[in-house]
Amino acid sequence: MSTDQVAHVARLARIELTSDEIEHYTGHLGRVLEHARQLEDLDLDDVPPLAHPYPLRNVFRDDVESSPVDRDEVLSQAPAASGGQFEVPPVLGAEA
Amino acid sequence: MTSAHVIASEVRAGTRRATDVLEDFLGRVATHDGDVHAFNTVTAEQARAAAAAIDAAAEGGRDPGPLAGVPVAFKDNLCTRGVATTCSSRMLEGWQPPYDATVVQAMTAAGAVMIGKTNLDEFAMGSSTEHSAFGPTRNPYDLARVPGGSSGGSAAAVAAGFAPLALGSDTGGSIRQPASLCGIVGIKPTYGRVSRYGLVAFASSFDQIGPFATDVADAALALDVISGHDPADSTSIPAAVPDFEAALARGVEGLRVGVVSELTGSGRNGAATGGPAPGDAAGEVLDGIDADVTERVLEAADALADAGATVGRVSVPAVTYGLTAYYLIAPAEASSNLARYDGTRYGLRVEGADVEEMNRLTRRAGFGDEVKARIMLGTFALSAGYYDAYYGKAQRVRMLTRRDFDAAYADFDVLLSPTSPCVAFRFGERADPMTMYRCDTCTIPSNLSGDPAMSVPFGTGAEGLPVGVQVMAPALGEETMLTVAAALERAAPPLPKPPLAAVTGSTGAGR
Repeated sequence: MSTDQVAHVARLARIELTSDEIEHYTGHLGRVLEHARQLEDLDLDDVPPLAHPYPLRNVFRDDVESSPVDRDEVLSQAPAASGGQFEVPPVLGAEA
Repeated sequence: MTSAHVIASEVRAGTRRATDVLEDFLGRVATHDGDVHAFNTVTAEQARAAAAAIDAAAEGGRDPGPLAGVPVAFKDNLCTRGVATTCSSRMLEGWQPPYDATVVQAMTAAGAVMIGKTNLDEFAMGSSTEHSAFGPTRNPYDLARVPGGSSGGSAAAVAAGFAPLALGSDTGGSIRQPASLCGIVGIKPTYGRVSRYGLVAFASSFDQIGPFATDVADAALALDVISGHDPADSTSIPAAVPDFEAALARGVEGLRVGVVSELTGSGRNGAATGGPAPGDAAGEVLDGIDADVTERVLEAADALADAGATVGRVSVPAVTYGLTAYYLIAPAEASSNLARYDGTRYGLRVEGADVEEMNRLTRRAGFGDEVKARIMLGTFALSAGYYDAYYGKAQRVRMLTRRDFDAAYADFDVLLSPTSPCVAFRFGERADPMTMYRCDTCTIPSNLSGDPAMSVPFGTGAEGLPVGVQVMAPALGEETMLTVAAALERAAPPLPKPPLAAVTGSTGAGR
């Protein structure tokens, strides 16, 4: 695990990090991934992946009306809201 | 300390008021939670109103329910409408959910009284509560030691006598390990047995809600109340809920109990579990499981044999790889689940010039060190070029675990192992991430398989601290698991109460 990889992953995960922090996480993630090399010895080609412990499929519910959570109650907990909607900064940059 | 059973029966019978019960427990919280720090929020006023309503129902001849007047503590990642639900993170500090989790509704409908919200490792990522943004919870048995985690606040609350019951969540051992370290009972039900609706998601294919209690009967009572199909959780199993309490008195005669070789050494006295039994096999014992813990597990196995069970050793080889697989899959799922904390809909926002900068600065300020590390680890494990080598391979190990458990359950009704490889440790003692993650060695396999497992106190280890034995069962096998747990509880050496409980004595009425 290199510092460049950690910087890349931090960008993907949208977490702002300083260069000191990138160093710190490079060590942390490196130790976990080093341990993960244990799996390299395993021959798992004939073992299918398991994504979920209990085999439920096609889970349906009856198509009946129910009351949603209250919109104003939800928006009252948002960092910013107006006109019944969440409010965010410009998506395409403030100067556009 | 009074059990939930005693409180509920007395409140239902009208011989004791829910209001008086509540004040006893609130008094203990006021006296001791400054030391223990089990709670993020104590909901005293709301609880007083709820207790008064229970008393009014009882006086009016209406049954307040099977948990009438029983104070309950909820882990602070269970949504409670209008009551702060923080996940012990700066990210959600002060956030008030617009709805109740299904389990919160179920407990309340059964007459339980919410007394507060308990501390946890931030977003349930940890095994000590040291990763809480609001400071750690301390173990009631020794305030210099951790209570375990991530549901450390719930476990400490029950052990300290702040509430007879608590709910927590278990993704890799977060109910069972703190129950073990705090000397109480903790159950992780079958994945899907209990609705996860309203549980703040960490790793959705592992997360499961379950109860903490001071004894097996109270834990079974709470499990009865929270189990069952919920249309609001599409992973909830549409199966009938058995009468869990009826399982307690059944006895273990004829049951086949397998001691998991990889997690349990032979102890000082060699083969404590007797001669060969069906499926008998020796696997290589994993490093890092303390001898005092192993001794208690072997004594527990002997106790079950004395009670009429057939006991043997069984190898479940995939448990050797469980920790590694878990610490790839769980962060991968977390990286997706925690993408929602972006400063838009709830919790913290740090302003930025555009949306992406706002996201990055918010997540920098809102998440603690361990949460950031796991999100990045998961993002890496899912990223192009590494997916097959890490996430894909870990999912195949998960299937291997499922198969190895299936093979073990062909020969045994339940499996036995330590819950935690060690007794409660001191703060800072396991600061290295892999050292901390190894706390979950024995508990993770049941999260990978989705099977039920629970921790039962069985004597003490180093420094007189509690040891928990883990009982595992096949999917939907909670009844057999509880039968065995109840037998272990009957055979267990008496466990001293935490010192702070001894100092203040009884909470008043009751036994």
